[in-house]
Order: sequence, then C-alpha cells, then structure tokens
Amino acid sequence: MKSIILMTAARLLLVLMLVFSIFMLLRGHNEPGGGFIGGLIGATAFIVQAVAAGAAEARRVLRVSPEALAMVGLGIALASGLFAGVVFDPPFTGQWHWVGGDSYETAAFSLNTVLVFDVGVYLVVLGSVLSLALSLEEEV
Amino acid sequence: MEPVLAIVVGVLMTASVYLMLSGNMLRFLFGLILISNAANLVIFTGGRLTPGAPALIPTGADSPPGEVANALPQALVLTAIVIGFGLLAFALVLVFRAYQSLGTLEADDMRVAEPEEDRK
Amino acid sequence: MAGTPGRRSDLYTISGALPVLIAAALFVWFLGMAPAVADGEVLRWAIPWVPSLDISISFVVDGLSLSFALLITGIGALVLLYSCAYLDGHEHFSRFMLYLTLFMLSMLGLVVADNLIVLFVFWELTTITSYLLIGFSHAAPDSRRSALQALLVTAAGGLALLAGMILLGVSAGSFELSEIRAMDEPFTEHAMYLPVLILFLLGAFTKSAQFPFHFWLPNAMAAPTPVSAYLHSATMVKGGVYLLARMHPTLGATEIWTWTLILFGGFTAVFAMVMALRQTDLKLALAYTTLMALGTLTLFLAAPVGYAITGMMTFLIVHSLYKAGMFLVVGIIDHETGTRDARLLGGLARSMPVTTLAAAVIGLSMAGLPPFVGFIGKEILYAGGLEMPGAVLVVGAALIANILLFATAFIVAFKPFWRPAGGELPKTPHEGPWPMLAGPLILAACGLAFGLIPWVIGGPLVTPGVHAVLGREGTVAELTLWHGINLPLILSLVTFAGGTAVYLRHLWLRARIAEAEARLIDFDERWDRFLDGLKAVAAWQTRILQSGYLTNYLMWIFATMSATLLVTIAARGGIDRVPEFPTLDLTHWIVVALVIAGSAVAVFSISRIAAIAGLGVVGIAVALIFVLYGAPDVAITQLLVEMLIVVLFAVAALHLPLLPKEHGVRKVHAGVALVVGGLTTALLMMASDGPIDRNLTDYFEVTSWPEAFGRNIVNVILVDFRALDTFGEIAVVVIAAIGAYALLKGAPEKEAS
Repeated sequence: MKSIILMTAARLLLVLMLVFSIFMLLRGHNEPGGGFIGGLIGATAFIVQAVAAGAAEARRVLRVSPEALAMVGLGIALASGLFAGVVFDPPFTGQWHWVGGDSYETAAFSLNTVLVFDVGVYLVVLGSVLSLALSLEEEV
Repeated sequence: MEPVLAIVVGVLMTASVYLMLSGNMLRFLFGLILISNAANLVIFTGGRLTPGAPALIPTGADSPPGEVANALPQALVLTAIVIGFGLLAFALVLVFRAYQSLGTLEADDMRVAEPEEDRK
Repeated sequence: MAGTPGRRSDLYTISGALPVLIAAALFVWFLGMAPAVADGEVLRWAIPWVPSLDISISFVVDGLSLSFALLITGIGALVLLYSCAYLDGHEHFSRFMLYLTLFMLSMLGLVVADNLIVLFVFWELTTITSYLLIGFSHAAPDSRRSALQALLVTAAGGLALLAGMILLGVSAGSFELSEIRAMDEPFTEHAMYLPVLILFLLGAFTKSAQFPFHFWLPNAMAAPTPVSAYLHSATMVKGGVYLLARMHPTLGATEIWTWTLILFGGFTAVFAMVMALRQTDLKLALAYTTLMALGTLTLFLAAPVGYAITGMMTFLIVHSLYKAGMFLVVGIIDHETGTRDARLLGGLARSMPVTTLAAAVIGLSMAGLPPFVGFIGKEILYAGGLEMPGAVLVVGAALIANILLFATAFIVAFKPFWRPAGGELPKTPHEGPWPMLAGPLILAACGLAFGLIPWVIGGPLVTPGVHAVLGREGTVAELTLWHGINLPLILSLVTFAGGTAVYLRHLWLRARIAEAEARLIDFDERWDRFLDGLKAVAAWQTRILQSGYLTNYLMWIFATMSATLLVTIAARGGIDRVPEFPTLDLTHWIVVALVIAGSAVAVFSISRIAAIAGLGVVGIAVALIFVLYGAPDVAITQLLVEMLIVVLFAVAALHLPLLPKEHGVRKVHAGVALVVGGLTTALLMMASDGPIDRNLTDYFEVTSWPEAFGRNIVNVILVDFRALDTFGEIAVVVIAAIGAYALLKGAPEKEAS
C-alpha cells in the first residue's frame, strides 16, 4: 500500500524527525531528552518511511545496515567508558575538557565523554529498533 | 495518590496474569506488555509520587529549588521501558516464527522439544 | 608404563621438572621461616580484596601453619619426583603433574590463610583438585564413581563449613582468624556458638573422613598411588584436622567440643584399625590406617591440655612421614611386580633391596619402635591421653588402635619382602628407578633422624604449633626417647606385646573380621542407595514441576510469586491500616478509567486489532501518569515505545491466526490472577506507606550539576552516575535485536512444518 502523498510527506517528515531526534539527543543532559528518546524518535522516522514506501526504501535511505549501526553505537559507548582508564579513573567515569576556559562558566564549550556515551546509546537504540522493525516488516 | 496507583497496578497484574495463563501465545504477549507496564509503575510508585515537578535543575542553581520528583526510579523505569520493548519484540518474532514452523499458536500444542510420548 | 628405550624420561621435561622445582623451592622458602617461628614470631601478610565486606587476602605463618606447609611442600616435592617415574610415558603425564601441583598449592593456601573466606576458597580448591586427581583414570567407571563420591561428601561438608564461617564471621564481627582469636570475649560464650560448632565439625569430619563419613577415603584409592600417598599423608584429609586445630582456640575447650571429638575420633580410630587388619590389598590396608591416624588426631584435639596437643602435633608429623613413605613403597611394589595383593607378594627382599631397607625403616617408625620418631610420637600420645578428661576412654582407644597399627605395620612393611611368595607374580620384580626410591629413602631417614635428634622438629615446629593450637603458651612435653620408667612406657610395652600377638594370629583374625563385616551396614552401598534415592526425587519433582506445558510452568511461577509476596507482607506485620485515599480530580479519574478499560478490552476481546488498541490505551494512560508526576523523560519514552509496539504488533499480528474465542471465564486462572494482583496491590500500598530512604536521590540532586554538569538529573544518572548499568542495558537491547534478526533472516523455515 504505497501512496504518493504519504511517500512525499514521509521524505519531508524523515528529515524533520531526524533533526528533531538529534536535537533531543543533544539537549538531553540539561532538559528532557537524551539518547534513548532521541534514538526512538530517529527509529520512528525511518519506520514512517518504511510504512509509506516499504522497508527496502527505508533501508536505501538509511544506507548502512541498522545492525551495524547498533554495534557501532555499542562500541562508541564502551570506548567512552574505557577512556577514563587513560587518566587512571575507574571505568565509565565522565571526563570533561573545557575549551576556552577552565570551568563551566568561563569555557566556550566542553568536550566530554558523557555526550559521547549518549551518542552511543542513541545509535544502539536507533539501530536495534530499526533492525527489529524492518526485518519484521520484510519477513511477514 | 499512591494507594490509587497500587490498585491500578493490581488491575494490570490481574489482567496480565489472566492473559498469560490463556495458553494462546498472542494473548501471552498481550499479558507480557501489561505486566511490564505494571512492573514499571511499581518501581515508579515505590519511589513516591511528586506531582508536577520534574527532576530538573534550573539555570543558575546548583540543586533543585524545592522538592522534585525522585529521579532514581525514573532512570530505572526509563531503561526498563526500552529493554522491555526489546524483549517484547524478540518474543513477538519468536512467536511469529513458531507459528510459521509449527502452524499453531496454542502453547500446549507446541510439542517439538517435549514430545508427548517421551514424558512419563 | 615404562618408557620406550632411548626415549627421554618425562622427568627431564618442563612439565616434569618444573613442579618438582617449585615444590622444592617453596619448601626451602618455608624452611627459612623456621628460625623466626621457633622464636615465637607470627608472620602475617595481607592485601585488601573486598574491603566493603571486610575480606582481605591475608596469610599467616605460625607453628601450626609452618608444620603443615613444610609437610605439604616437602612431601609434595618427593611425591612429584616419584610421579615422574611412576607415570613416565603416561599419555596424560603433564595433566597429572598440573593437577598435583595445583592440589599442592591449594593445600598450601589452605594452611596459611588467615581470612575465613580465603580459607574457604582454598578448602574448596582442594576438593576440586582432589576430585580431578582421584578421577584421573577417568576411563574406569570405578575411578569416576570414587571421585564423585569424594567430591559430593567433601563438598557437602564444604557447604556446611561456608555457612559456619559466615555465621562465625558475622557474629564475631570479623573474618580474620587472628582477630577473632584475639577478642576479649571468648566466642564459646556466644549465643551462636553451638550452630557454628556443628557446622564447622561437619566440614572437618567430612574432609577428614571421620565416622560416619569415612567411606569415601578407602574408595579414593582409585587414584594413582602417588596421589594416595600425598592425599593421605600431608594433604586433603589433614585439611579437616588442620581446621579443627586452627579453630581450637576459638571453638575448643568446651564440654561439647571435648566429648564430640573424643567419641568420634576414638571410634573412628578403633573402627579403622579393625578394618585395616581385614584388608588383603596393601594399599587399602594403608588407607584404613590413615583413617585411624585421622581419628587419633581428632581424639587428641579434644582437650586443651598441652601434653595432648604436643602428642597431636608430633603424631601429625610422624604419621605424615611414615604414611607418605609407606604408600610410596607400596607404589613401587605395585609398579614393579604388578600386584598389591598381600596373599601373593613375597620374597621381594632379594630383588628389591633398597625398597626393602626403606620399607623396614618406615615400618619400624610406623610400629612405634625406638629409636624411631614413631616411638616418641606414641609415648607422648599416651602421656597426653592420661591427662585428658575421659582418660580411660582416650588411652583405651589409642592403645587398641596402636596395637593393631603395630601388627599392620609388619604386615605391610615386612611380610611382602621376607616371606616366600604366595603365588605367581604378574611381573618379574626388580628394583625401582631412583626418582621413586628417593622419596621413601628420605622419608625413612627423617623417621630415624627425628627419633635420634627430636629437638630438630621440637623447637621450630611442635612447640610453636602447640602454642598456636592452644592460642596461648602451654606446657609442651619434651620430645625425647627416654622418659624413665613410667606409665606411657609400660603402655608402649603393652602395645608391642599385643601387636606381636595380633600379628601372629592376623590371618585368623582377618577371617573373623570378614565374617563380621558381612553382617554390618555397608556404608558404601548405603551411599549408592542414597544417591539413587536423590536421583529418584529429582526425577519425580522434575516431572511435576516441568510438565512441558507452558500454562503449568506459569502456574508454578505465579504460585511461587504469590507465596513470596505473602511471606513478605506477613513478615512486615501485614497491613495495619487502610491507607487514606485522596480525592481525585477529573484527570486522575480519566487515567484510572483508561487503564481499566484498556485492560478489559485486551483481556476479553477476540479481535486482534481491538486488543492491540486496548493495550495502546493502557500504554498511553501509563504515560499520562508519568506526565502528571514529574517524569517527562519517562513519559516521552513510554509514548514512543507504545507507538512502536502498536506498529510492530499490527504488522505481525495480522499474519497470525485469529484469537480463539473463550468459553466463559477460566475460573482457576482468574483466581490465581486475582491473588497475584491483590497481593501486588497490598505490597505496593505497604511499601509506599512508610518513610522512604532518599539517600541516593539526595546525593544525585546535589551533585548532578556541580560534579557532573547536567541539569536533567534523570539523564545524568543514566549516562554518568550509572553509565555502566546503562551500558549493560543497551547491550541487552542489541542482543534482543540480533536474536530477532537471526530468527527472522536465519534458517529457511517454510518447509519445516
């Protein structure tokens, strides 16, 4: 059941929802959001695409396989946790580096492992949920 | 509000147990959905309910100004929801595959692993 | 088993030489501690292991530990060397040496551990490694059975011991043995004393094969002879004795301790010697004399009398020396003649002169004749026994056991060498290779040397050992061959006379004992019946619990859940008051109504789509609850997941058959469901009624911003404070996805039905 209107709308919706999902991911540390929510929204975006234009089309737009995405996400999360070992902290201790200052108030922005970890969560949720949904869609 | 939610949880548990005991795998999955909702609510309610105050720290403050909702059970429930979804999706696929292979959704008719004649 | 000519012996390979060198090096290392220990020092070494549970890896070397450590490493080195020749060319030679080395190290850890938990770990390691050793010839069913029997008996005792240790550690407030010993309040006054004592005794008696747990030890003879030599002399079975000695200052010196040990130890000693006389297999006869030694050691640990403990410590060393030596000799006989049957063997003195010499010297020490150390050991035992409570019982048991031991020593150590052969031997006997002779010769020499110059073991080992066992300075008997004419000497003479008499009539006695044995309870057979019964119970309960029907499994699960909920509620005193119900505004009424209505639809509808919609309604109502009570993150997640569930089910469920129509309400199931639901409600009401521990929450609230730089506390918990947990959780999500992927894309399933 492919409808032209839905397909066109889905393409637009995909971009909007993806942007929104990343927005939710990035603001998650200070306001409601985060990797879990972002990942679910991202997955929903592709699922809408799949419902509108078929799983094959969703896979084409995604380009990489969702399973690979999930595994990469897990790897990123693990790496961010093990990074603490570089400075001899226990694993999964958040590491913060201030750019342009030496504290939260003075720095322009920060580089930290916590956000990297959340990106890993985002990718895992996105990849896993999409893998489940697309495979099910294809096989039934 | 906790006693009311306790009753809501009781209703959900009753419904899910009844569904899971039905022997039909699709109903079993329905029960699984309800029981994860019930479990999440148990954790959430166990951490006490604070109406309308999310666990957020306003800009400029070092800690939440007044009493805010208990953040710990929320964090537990949040991951539990996602994991519950993963489990459920897996179970759904399993049931689906089982139906394709065995041609039935009735658990008692699925006898490949434990054939009737083998049991004493 | 002899190697092919021209082949290099296994002794000169890494797996042969290295264990011997390790054991020898350890022996020398412990020997270096002897002067300090002789001066009364206690060497201690500790590193934290689980600080939060007060567990540190701590080791202590005092007289008791040192005596054991030297026996373990010294005899260990000789036995390992011996094994190189005994098992030369065996296809699993390296494996054997590995097991034996591991066993030695576990035993060593056991006797130097100061922490209860560390001690237990090594205790269990000796159980496991001895299992591997006893079952080394795993192709033989007999060997497997014996190994399993030893494992089950000693591991069951180990479980009791673990319980006892935890109970002791918790009630004494420390898991460090040295700290428990140093406490002002003696633990024997503690309310938990009796349970702790019983649990410890269970552990010690199973390990040291005290009656009625004795039956596994003779069966452990299935192991290759070097293992028996080691297991019986310095290790494994001595573990129980060591435990009793180690706990003596903490648990000992009470009436119940004294009499339990006297009764069990004394009975085991006499019973074992009677059984030893009955055996025709040399190795089995020796195995029963080990039981006798263990009984004797237990017997003399009964009392806090310095003389008795001196006797215990001396006999411990004496026994290890002669028992290891004697087993090794029997191993040589077995290896070179092909049999261990006392009725066949004879005339070996001519063909095996060195072995004969070693056997004679060891045998004299075993029999307790002067000037060997065995004589000193026996004298002190008698002297100590006379000072103990129940002296008649103690000395009587020791006397009977020693008379029979005297006779057995001659049966094993002299008869095969000097009497004419009783029949055709499977092999032409010849002298064993040097690595096999080294052990018996050195042990024989020790037996003689320590008898002539007893202060060598007296100062560094026995005296500090006695102090360690007593937990204080005590009167230590002097080790010497000549005490003057006194009661112990007279008892020794009685022993020699009685022993000679028994030896002369032993064939007649053997026949009588065999007749009597046939009428007694066969513990070994009882054990088999017990195991069969256990298996039958297992099969029976499996048939009931695991019927193969999903509904039955679920019924068991929900019944268990209800029972535990009920117990929890009852233990907390039940619900004492009906909680106050708040007046609900419209929003709350709507939410409650949505949950109930959605659930009802899901339960009763026979339309798949209606049921899924009902579930969706429930999910959204739950999300509303999260919204109302300050959980925006959870609410968003719940909504998204709920939507995805509906999509997935809509995709899949429409390809599944229709829901079957149910005829009326399943009454039993409804009852179970109501019970589970009602109990959950009750528990949640109780749980949310009292005060709540907000420690963690408060911590997260005040540190979330200053330390983790995040204003959304829930998210900070997820990605920072508890990131490791979250990592585990997302790993689960990935696994679920991959599992589903494999199911869907994996094997072609269509033709399977």
